[in-house]
Amino acid sequence: MAPKHVDTGRLRTPFYPRLAELDTLNTWHNWAGYSSAEALYCEDVEYFAIRNSTGVFDITPMTKYRITGPDALTFLDRLVTRDMKKIKPGRVAYAIWCDDQGQVIDDGTIFHLKEGEYRLCSQERHFAWLTTASIGFDVSIKEETAEIAALAVQGPTSYSILKNIGVNGLDELKPFGLIHNEFGGTELMISRTGFTGDLGYELWISPDKAIELWDALFEAGKFHGIRAIGTHALDLARKEAGYLAPFEDFLPAETTVRLGRTRSPLELGMGWLVDFNKDNFNGRRALIKEKEQGSVWRLVKLDIEGNKTADHSYIYAQEKNNKSEIGFITSAAWSPICKQNIALGTVRRPYGKAGENVWVEVYYQREMHWNRVMAKAEVVDKPFWFPERRGKTPPAPF
Amino acid sequence: MTDKYDAIVIGAGHNGLICSTLLAKAGKKVLVLEANDQVGGAAITREFADGFSVSACAHLLYQMQPQVKKDLDIEIDVSASDLTTIVLSENGKHIKYCGNDVSGVSDSDVDNYRKFYKRMTKFADLLKTYLNKPPPRLGTKNKKDLFTLAMLGFDMRRMGKVEMREFLRLIGMNIYDELDERFESSYLKGGLSTDAVLGTHLGPRSPNTILTYLYRMAGNHGQFSSPKGGMGSVTDALNSKAESSGVEVKTNSKVQRIIIQDGVTSGVELTDGSTYKSSVVVSNADPKKTILELVGAKHVEIRFTHRIDNIRMQGNAAKLHFALNKLPKLEGFKETDYAQRILIAPSENYVEKAFNPAKYGESSPNPVLEITFPSVNDSQFAPTGKHVMSVIAQYAPYKHKAGWNQESRNEFLNAARSVMKVYMPDIDECIVAEELLTPVDIEGEFNITGGHWHHGEFTLDQFMFVRPVAGSAQYEMPINGLYLCGAGSHPGGGVSGACGRNAARVILDKEKK
Repeated sequence: MAPKHVDTGRLRTPFYPRLAELDTLNTWHNWAGYSSAEALYCEDVEYFAIRNSTGVFDITPMTKYRITGPDALTFLDRLVTRDMKKIKPGRVAYAIWCDDQGQVIDDGTIFHLKEGEYRLCSQERHFAWLTTASIGFDVSIKEETAEIAALAVQGPTSYSILKNIGVNGLDELKPFGLIHNEFGGTELMISRTGFTGDLGYELWISPDKAIELWDALFEAGKFHGIRAIGTHALDLARKEAGYLAPFEDFLPAETTVRLGRTRSPLELGMGWLVDFNKDNFNGRRALIKEKEQGSVWRLVKLDIEGNKTADHSYIYAQEKNNKSEIGFITSAAWSPICKQNIALGTVRRPYGKAGENVWVEVYYQREMHWNRVMAKAEVVDKPFWFPERRGKTPPAPF
Repeated sequence: MTDKYDAIVIGAGHNGLICSTLLAKAGKKVLVLEANDQVGGAAITREFADGFSVSACAHLLYQMQPQVKKDLDIEIDVSASDLTTIVLSENGKHIKYCGNDVSGVSDSDVDNYRKFYKRMTKFADLLKTYLNKPPPRLGTKNKKDLFTLAMLGFDMRRMGKVEMREFLRLIGMNIYDELDERFESSYLKGGLSTDAVLGTHLGPRSPNTILTYLYRMAGNHGQFSSPKGGMGSVTDALNSKAESSGVEVKTNSKVQRIIIQDGVTSGVELTDGSTYKSSVVVSNADPKKTILELVGAKHVEIRFTHRIDNIRMQGNAAKLHFALNKLPKLEGFKETDYAQRILIAPSENYVEKAFNPAKYGESSPNPVLEITFPSVNDSQFAPTGKHVMSVIAQYAPYKHKAGWNQESRNEFLNAARSVMKVYMPDIDECIVAEELLTPVDIEGEFNITGGHWHHGEFTLDQFMFVRPVAGSAQYEMPINGLYLCGAGSHPGGGVSGACGRNAARVILDKEKK
């Protein structure tokens, strides 16, 4: 018999059978050890499901840690930059955490499931960091990624679909809230969270009920335009919402080799997440110093003239002076819903204040030949896409 | 009680007392809080059996830095100085060494020992200069640090090309190879190996045991003396100096936590709930205890906590105290020989083999022993005609596989006694009482995490620029107003006083700004 070279190959999520049935493009990539579809049939159609009806995205591969124990709260409060004491049970906190030098390691969401019981979700794995951070705390950290199946159900009709499957308490569920329901004899957790910047929910359930949930959802949503989606559609939606992606818009501090390639929360426009009034948190001393001495970089949202996508372009302070380079684009897209040429980028301070104009050098190809255009761009401070329904409780039925 | 002090020092060990005295001399109002009922930390004299007392942890003085004595203007009253080291031999042909003199070995060994001693004292003197300064920061633009670094390079080079090369060759090396290359006498090699590894979790074949040897030599060229009244008298002298300089010393005051407010030091809270306020807190406790127990991980950074947590500081030296009704017979011993420093370490391999089981959590079946009879020259240790034997016994690992229960304690005690019996056949008749302090006992009695003499293994990776941890080697902790002054900081353990003195200089310099 041939030797077995691979002990555990790429994993499939509990929703894989249903996704595979819908899949026609066969474009799967590796997400934290799991197969995740980039697109299933047409990424444009999938994208419009998010904005016009409901897109269902399999977020099972998202790394999940259960954090419990008498010191769970003090542990988290020291780990992340925001005040976790304000996050009551039944609430979810978007949070970032930094290394000792105040440089961002990652962002994620922390679910206060029950009194003293938390779940931390992030795109990257952080078990080593969390374990190191737990020295001196009576806290237990357990990875539970494989023990929970999760779906993001995002879009204007998501509220109606969840009503249809009989979720109780949806009318009172505010953004960043979570509720527990019963489904098929097990617990179904519903949180009003997501990565699309739209009305949407995330559903969390035991893997053995995953298919049952999927089927119920698609049955309930068949007249509400429910569609399974892949990562490309989601990525476009997150750019419109102005959300950052690790390894694109910033590098997790622990992964960099070169000096100066990390970013502080103040440089990523996350100052609002940093609470200097609370007790010590990791990186606080460094961030206070940065606040006093000034940051180097600034993350900007750009509204760019024209329709040429400005992927990885240089940003200049002046149109006709190529010595005035001030930064670069990290994420860019044509936004179908906003009809805008949008981008996220990083510029050196003092450049990049809201309302300021900068210039973006866009290269694009037409039948093999390259063209170049200097496009004017405006720095905007609001997300490109922020519909009223996203913040409304209860959201209107569509 | 919320008296305001300029500085609070936690722990009245010798470093704590030295540091507080120097602060008080500079006009600061200083409070020293000691958990135990007597000052001195691990340098105390106490009773261990009815009528018998002993230096409870450290028992010989050899590292006290002259600069410390000068700055404090104290003299230590010694009952015997320039002690000779006697390495026992079964047939009574013991070898003796003191300074650059050695006897009982071949002529070539005598010659080689002199050369070895000359070189080692030269290197120790180089080291000594830098033990008495805060270690310079690396990668800094601070002029003082850069100057110290440049001086270090210059001082090394000034020894000459050959000596500098030797220094760089030897500094990371194990002492076993060096001794084996030079000497014939296994007793001499056993004795010098013991000098290098006493108080550490290292065997003679472990790397950088030359460094530990040099560190021992750096005080007074390795010359031992017995303080009159035991080590307790050293710290008593330091204590009266402290009090006469205006330091307030409170015993039975165990600090529960260091109070951190808004990220800066603001005082301490005792186990009885009382608090003392000060924006400067200096900890004579070891770095792990200071940061993880007294400050609490939540007040410091994650990587920093990790580094502190990773400090290797598991003690491997036990202390044995025996009350004797008479001095044991030792073949070939004159009366004055009993006053010397006596080693049972018949060869370098004996020492290494003693270390082997300790690596796997077992105590040595044939331990290495450093023996003194403090009562020979000093009548206050024992009733007239009776004697006290104070022994450092290696190896007795802090993390004993079976735990330090009655059985494992007896096993180690018996091992030590049977080793002694080889050289002192009547020892069993002499002993009327005995006491064993394992590293676990030392941890409990002297509040030292891991029961390690040095408050942290003395190795190159925990030395100078990176002692106690990288980035915090200059006595200052990441929290404003919090300092270390104990053996866990540069240069290290032993009753040298350099840590306390250096810390005081840093604090005075810092708090001036």
